[in-house]
Amino acid sequence: MSRTEAAPERASEQDTDTSEAEDRAKRSAEHDLGEAGAQLSTAPSEELSNGPVGIGVIGWIRWLWRQLTSMRIALLLLLLLSLGSIPGSLIPQTRVDELKVADFEKRHSTISPIYEKLGLFHVYSSVWFSAIYILLFVSLIGCIVPRTWQFIGQLRGRPPGAPRMLTRLPAYTTWRTEADPEQVREAAAAMLKKRRFRTHVVGDAVAAEKGYLREAGNLIFHVSLILILVAFAVGQLFKSEGGKLIVQGDGFSNTLTQYDDFKSGSLFKSDDLAPFSFTLDRFDATYERNGPNRGTAREFVAHVTYSEGADGKPKKKAIEVNKPLIVDGSKVYLLAHGYAPTVTVKDGRGKVVFHGSVPLLPIDNNISSSGAIKVYDGYTDAKGKWDQLGFAAFFVPTYGGKGNGTMFSQFPALDFPVLNVGAYHGSLGVNSGLPQNVYQLDTDKMKPFKDPDGKVLKKTLLPGESLDLPDGAGSITFDKDIKQWASFQISQQPGNELALTGAILAIAGLAGSLFIQRRRIWVRAVTGKDGVTVVEMAGLGRSESARLPEELADLAVTLIPEAPTAPDPAAEPAEDKAAVPATSEGAEK
Amino acid sequence: MNLAATTNENLAHTSNYLIYSAMAVYLLAFFAHMAEWILGSRSKVARTAAALTAGPDAAAETGSGTVKVQVAKKGGGTAVLERPKVVTRSATGNRDVPDGPGAAGGDVKGDLYGRIAVSFTVLAFLVEFGGVLTRALSVQRAPWGNMYEFNITFSTMAVAVYLGLLAMKKDVRWLGLPLVTSVLLDLGLAVTVLYTASDQLVPALHSYWLWIHVSTAIFCGAVFYVGGVATLLYLFRDKYEAKLASGGQPGRFATSVMERLPSAASLDKFGYRVNAAVFPLWTFTIIAGSIWAGDAWGRYWGWDPKEVWSFITWVAYACYLHARATAGWKGRKAATLALIAFGCWLFNYYGVNIFVTGKHSYAGV
Ligand code: HEM
Repeated sequence: MSRTEAAPERASEQDTDTSEAEDRAKRSAEHDLGEAGAQLSTAPSEELSNGPVGIGVIGWIRWLWRQLTSMRIALLLLLLLSLGSIPGSLIPQTRVDELKVADFEKRHSTISPIYEKLGLFHVYSSVWFSAIYILLFVSLIGCIVPRTWQFIGQLRGRPPGAPRMLTRLPAYTTWRTEADPEQVREAAAAMLKKRRFRTHVVGDAVAAEKGYLREAGNLIFHVSLILILVAFAVGQLFKSEGGKLIVQGDGFSNTLTQYDDFKSGSLFKSDDLAPFSFTLDRFDATYERNGPNRGTAREFVAHVTYSEGADGKPKKKAIEVNKPLIVDGSKVYLLAHGYAPTVTVKDGRGKVVFHGSVPLLPIDNNISSSGAIKVYDGYTDAKGKWDQLGFAAFFVPTYGGKGNGTMFSQFPALDFPVLNVGAYHGSLGVNSGLPQNVYQLDTDKMKPFKDPDGKVLKKTLLPGESLDLPDGAGSITFDKDIKQWASFQISQQPGNELALTGAILAIAGLAGSLFIQRRRIWVRAVTGKDGVTVVEMAGLGRSESARLPEELADLAVTLIPEAPTAPDPAAEPAEDKAAVPATSEGAEK
Repeated sequence: MNLAATTNENLAHTSNYLIYSAMAVYLLAFFAHMAEWILGSRSKVARTAAALTAGPDAAAETGSGTVKVQVAKKGGGTAVLERPKVVTRSATGNRDVPDGPGAAGGDVKGDLYGRIAVSFTVLAFLVEFGGVLTRALSVQRAPWGNMYEFNITFSTMAVAVYLGLLAMKKDVRWLGLPLVTSVLLDLGLAVTVLYTASDQLVPALHSYWLWIHVSTAIFCGAVFYVGGVATLLYLFRDKYEAKLASGGQPGRFATSVMERLPSAASLDKFGYRVNAAVFPLWTFTIIAGSIWAGDAWGRYWGWDPKEVWSFITWVAYACYLHARATAGWKGRKAATLALIAFGCWLFNYYGVNIFVTGKHSYAGV
């Protein structure tokens, strides 16, 4: 029996008399098995009740270390780990969604500072959560190292000899045979060896053991957990991740300045970025046209041309939501898409001062989009004075029609596109030193063009239509060429391969640990009083093993032709004896 | 994924029709199981078993009894060998109590109803499977796009696991009544609250990892469920045995039900084996999910609520496995951990979809 299993258990639900009797029975059973039952697993021993051994600091440290590396503390830490993970799934996390956190803080002004202090907005990088898993992994290492040595010792040693009383073992069988004991032992040893048991003969019995892979699997599993943690840490420290919005026809090359936003781990350096570039040739999107999910996206494909290195050969590739472009260790994911209406802005003399596709940000599922069209340079007003123009733009790909009551889009595809623009002039505020949001028009320092009623000049344009600015200030035309844009996340995360290796090892190790049974078989053959040989076979495995008795029976059946059963004397004493141990333990009197 | 494939309304209707029919047949199976339990409660055999349970020399000799085994002889020809008796002893710390006789309690009529119940369950399973299949065909994809589809697939899978165990000649008919009951509840919930008309997937769900990840997740859930039922029954039965052992007399109803169940030791072992057997697959499911997440969202692990709860479930089952190897924790405490772990799985399945928003939100719910 493995030491853990045989360790006495306080059966609290039974009255003390019985459980004490049981305990005693168990201890004596354990004693009978002696060395044979030891070391069937390398689980750490569990004598925790005795306090620090020896005096002074060293004694305490040793005691603490033993506590930390015990199964009980490992169990506790595992429990804490799962409990500690819960708040992060219920409270918004900055690492997942910062906007949600801000929103939460606004709504819960009293509790938020407390949450903040406890690190509940970033549970998985908080001090206390880190403490739990670091302790767990220290415990794990403290557990694996001695277990590995112990296991190597077991591999180099030999299976322990047969215990005195084989009848005490979980599975037992016996028969009498004419063959002589020596011969039976040889045959048994040969048979067990053939079945790949590690076998040797000790005294009057054959001792055999199989299923060492269980222990190996278990150790591999625990080691691979460490591997996964290391891979995770490496990934967090060296990763980089940035976003880029690209309008159809435009390109991107992988340098820091080209990103719209960029995040990286603390050990990342900017020349770690892999050199590559790509152009967005075309973006295709299709949507459900019928049924209750009308408007739901069905397919997004971004067709790109990319080249590796500074001047690699251009190659084509379709990036889809689940199919990133992988170049040189970087992955380019398709994140979102929207429309970029093309507009032409002219000044009062008819000179084109702006012509381009302006990406607008979707604000709903049907891609109603808003944004700003800004003319920074080159515009002069009717009097020839330098000025800047700004247009608040609202675009819908499928307009509901006039009198429909809503300006919002009815469908995400370009079925009935219209662009609504509101016109302003003045300072766009580029030089104010504050970061500019390209998708918003800051009208603080701008004056609206007025319509005849004195309101902001606004017009809903169909493709090809123009809005004329008053007093010969120029015009804006909504061109027929409406482009799409796609946004990409470009990320680089080293350690992925290591994590995958760890994961595969973990599964393999786990399968070995849980599916392989480690078990011992003993075959004892001695000459009985009447001169006939008595063969006894017994097996020991973990208590969960259902197959052990079956395997023992199979082995016996295989052995019997070599040691044919001898006619029984009148009674069947062996069986009667066999039934005894089971009852001796039945303490439920 | 073929975009031109529009939802086939006819097939979708057929699917709904089959699901309702399956519910009707499960209901019949439920009544047959009830008949089995009620008839079994009057059986003499059951009462004898109860007496045995309480008796002092209840020796477990599973595996004993002579079995004739045919073995090929060396020089050709065969000889019939007596398979030797193997005496087994339960592990130290377990009571040596024999398993109960099963729901029918040895009653012939009860047994007949039990068999009828199993037959109905097989039929209902086939019909329900047809329902899932037509649903899948109607949308031309894996039938796991929303909670409704997830539910019907899950209950089909749970029944498949149960029938699979029966087919492997495992004595698990005691699972029948709780299983059929919960399948009915699950389907009832599916067709009323969770129903979503059939439709195709949003692009993030287009991936062959969907097949791998979700199918193993559902399968693991089904097996965890079976393990959970066994563990729950173990807790009841263990209490009952403990009471008997300390000279107490459990109530009549409790006795009638409990005496027919397998022994606490058997239930515990069964629960352990089932949970331990799928634990590696659950590990794989999480890994497959993170590979998919790596493809779809650019990070393989991002502490999304669904990911967090899969992780919690995983750690909870690891706790359970550790607890069984730790003195002072095995037995009832470990069993409680197993139930908590299954609770985590359930929360991940229902709770997270309904109460928490993350990237895993499905269309419909
Ligand atoms: C990182 C967290 C850990 C996880 C997820 C984990 C998981 C597991 C699993 C799934 C098993 C298989 C159970 C079985 O064979 O029945 C196992 C076994 C085992 N673990 Fe861990 N473990 C962790 C940490 C530890 C630590 C810190 C220790 C050391 C105290 C430890 C010691 C053991 C031992 C000794 C076994 C074998 C028990 C036996 O022989 O039955 N584990 N662990």
